[in-house]
Amino acid sequence: MCTVCGCHGTVTFDPGPEVKSPLPPAAAPVSSLAAAVSAVAGMTPRSRAAPKPAPAHHHDHGGCGCGPGHHLHPYGQRAAGGSVPGMSQERLIAVETSILSKNDALAAENRRALAARQVLALNLVSSPGSGKTTLLCETIRAMGARPLAVIEGDQQTSADADRIRATGARAIQINTGKGCHLDAAMVGHALTALNLPQGACLFIENVGNLVCPAGFDLGEDAKVAILSVTEGEDKPLKYPAMFTAARLAILNKIDLAPYCGADLAAYRANLRRVNPHIEILEVSARTGEGMQGWLNWLAARQSEKAEAL
Amino acid sequence: MSLAEGIREIVLDQARQHGFARVTCLRLEIGRFAGVEKPALEFAFDVVMRGSPAEGARLEMLDLPGRALCFDCETTVEIDSRLSPCPRCGGGRLLPEGGDEMRIKDMEVA
Repeated sequence: MCTVCGCHGTVTFDPGPEVKSPLPPAAAPVSSLAAAVSAVAGMTPRSRAAPKPAPAHHHDHGGCGCGPGHHLHPYGQRAAGGSVPGMSQERLIAVETSILSKNDALAAENRRALAARQVLALNLVSSPGSGKTTLLCETIRAMGARPLAVIEGDQQTSADADRIRATGARAIQINTGKGCHLDAAMVGHALTALNLPQGACLFIENVGNLVCPAGFDLGEDAKVAILSVTEGEDKPLKYPAMFTAARLAILNKIDLAPYCGADLAAYRANLRRVNPHIEILEVSARTGEGMQGWLNWLAARQSEKAEAL
Repeated sequence: MSLAEGIREIVLDQARQHGFARVTCLRLEIGRFAGVEKPALEFAFDVVMRGSPAEGARLEMLDLPGRALCFDCETTVEIDSRLSPCPRCGGGRLLPEGGDEMRIKDMEVA
């Protein structure tokens, strides 16, 4: 592809209006464009001295191939070739790269590192206050001696990591400052620090935010969205990207449903509307209701991971 | 802001690779479902690009359509929003398949 005029390949580039020849076509047997161009540049067209006339738009690509004397792009209107002294050399570079490509590459590295140790990694996402940490603490207690670790993401404080550590599990707190999500680089550093044993389970508790964490792959096996029944049935519709990205939705705090008039069927319907594939579990981390279903789901994912290698 | 920082990283990579000093125009492709707030990205772009080859560059954003698979009529359709019903059969169960792109398409450099 020619990055000056974009005349080949997929890149589109508007070179501007062509330079009109000052001569009538009959008086310009070689190339009216060449004559016009060389007149502008104050050069003799090589084609007059050459035994054969050069084609009007010759491209012998491999560094554009055009000699300095017969570069026949319509100069002068816009970004030009380098043969006009003193003019800037604008080019068009096809990038075609996702803005998040750096994060995606780091996430792929995390995923490889986790797979090598058969570690099941789950990215827990939700709004603030949905009960992620309570759910995790109860999950850790129920999992007993199985190897696991937690990466905690919050803008400030180590309150959540402290709660996790109180259960005896390992936890790394990441404070993102003003950042609204964890990214793959942060998780990569935490993985190095954790040095997880074979077959462990890693819970990544993302920053409480139903928007941005949806777009940042961390290298996890699945996103688990936690939605408490006090938040409102419309949340999946209002923040669809998150629930579309999640494999499992946990409807938490179902013990409170009767007190806040929560319509569990509407929660389920709205979740399925934005993600027909989504799995849904109804849980109360506080009373333990539905926890067994969640533990079974975890066990199933862990055996999948073990078989995948 | 993270998006603008992602763009800056790519600009710096490309500058090393292609050896240019300045970006005059940068074109992005943004899917309809990407959830990008364009004025916010423009603001962040201006701030984040300071001191980089793309300082002062023109930012153009091209829209890409939203595509989804309808679970009722089993076809891929174009929809305006994630919650739109299927334009073919009126079904409400659609799984987005495209439209969350956030890509740098190309850049004009000098």
